[in-house]
Amino acid sequence: MFSTRNFNRSKPVLFILILFPSLLWAYQFVTGNLGVNPIEKLMDELGLMALRLIIITLMITTLSNIKNLKSIVVLRRMIGLFAFYYVCLHFSTYIVLDHFLDMQFIIQDIIKRPFITFGFISFLFLIPLASTSTNNMIKRLGFKLWKKIHYLIYPVAILASMHFYVLVRADKTEPVIYMGIIILLLLHRIFKRLTRPHLVQ
Amino acid sequence: MKILGSEITPYKTYLNRRKFIKGSLASAMLATVTSSALANHENDPSIYSKNLNENDKLNSYEEITTYNNFYEFGTHKKHPHLNSGNFKPRPWTIKIDGLVKKPQTFDLEKILSNVTIEDRVYRLRCVEAWSMVIPWQGFQLSELIKMAEPLSSAKYVQFVTVFRPEEMPGQQKRTIIWPYREGLRMDEAMNPLTILATGLYGHEMPNQNGAPIRLVVPWKYGFKSIKSIVEIRFLDTQPETSWETLAPWEYGFYANVNPNVNHPRWSQGTERRIGEFKRRETLMFNGYEEEVAHLYKDLDLTKFY
Repeated sequence: MFSTRNFNRSKPVLFILILFPSLLWAYQFVTGNLGVNPIEKLMDELGLMALRLIIITLMITTLSNIKNLKSIVVLRRMIGLFAFYYVCLHFSTYIVLDHFLDMQFIIQDIIKRPFITFGFISFLFLIPLASTSTNNMIKRLGFKLWKKIHYLIYPVAILASMHFYVLVRADKTEPVIYMGIIILLLLHRIFKRLTRPHLVQ
Repeated sequence: MKILGSEITPYKTYLNRRKFIKGSLASAMLATVTSSALANHENDPSIYSKNLNENDKLNSYEEITTYNNFYEFGTHKKHPHLNSGNFKPRPWTIKIDGLVKKPQTFDLEKILSNVTIEDRVYRLRCVEAWSMVIPWQGFQLSELIKMAEPLSSAKYVQFVTVFRPEEMPGQQKRTIIWPYREGLRMDEAMNPLTILATGLYGHEMPNQNGAPIRLVVPWKYGFKSIKSIVEIRFLDTQPETSWETLAPWEYGFYANVNPNVNHPRWSQGTERRIGEFKRRETLMFNGYEEEVAHLYKDLDLTKFY
């Protein structure tokens, strides 16, 4: 049931499911159905979606440790790229719609406001991940180096959840839940590493 | 637009409107309306519009009542609109205590029969860098302060919001320390711009906007304009206020709208007027510099933000 083949088969459906929200929000934005502060709403939805997708990619790696779920890892690249897609939309909403390409202001904003700094660094770290996502790149870089680069997903996830945490004014429940999940997933990885049988040279 | 209030006129609305007729000629600074324009306020926003600054446009009733920060009903902007249906703003009393001649509790009705309700069209600037233009009905806080007869030792006024977790679902969670508290210096409280509002667009104050009575201090960030007030206390020391207690490095006691003093989360240099696409420049004291700048001439506003 959880074969590589079946996971591969589910990809087109997943693709549409994950793409759909962005199309819906774009439509709602254009037709004026995103509430009275549509730019803020659009930015929030896109950012939240991106954070959730980042967390899902981490979960996939953990799930793939389960014997019968090994093949789930074939979904990771697509979801990771979608995370990048939503981050790009989120960031361009901020730059274009929210601040109308006022670059001087935006640079100040990124430097001065910690939550924007976190978000921006997170975005920068995602760029090498997204641009080395093809099989060809894995081959060119070699799996070891490629894997090292892709450890960047950890600071990306932590920074992204901090970006959300600092943004929320009072009720921090939701960002704390996300941070908790990320920490648990990281702890699991560290635990796995420490308990891995050492190879005798 | 909204059926509320325009189809059925509750007694209080009626009272509010009577008061409003009485007061309409007295409204000095920003808004004057002739009594012939009183009927069906809500259907004729032009009576408010003509008192507007040429750069401002009224926000719609829908915008003003569906996009609110009122954490007592939840932390999302739409929560107050969605979750405030069970709130009962009548009957209502306000307790007056602290440094006053005689502590007492007033029925809201009694207060309203002693004051003049007038129209005030004000800009509201939220600390989150969005803003609206709202046609309030209310009376000057100074009128209530006169009724309260504070002692000369009173230097500050503290306000407290009602605590009713059974009617205000947001209060069931400790997002901030309930009840919500705010405060003003006495001279700020006595300033003619400072009002207690009991209505907007000619409607009774909607629950999500702070029914039945709330403060409006237009030159300060929105969180100073405390809603659903049940207690007013006169003090000789600066009172604790909710947001300042929660995050003193972000929110000060004064919280004057000031494009030159940055907030760690939001640049205060610009704002998005709800309904507009491009941001606009934020004005010093939210554009009320002429009326209030003198209050702060000896104060370092970067320190006392």
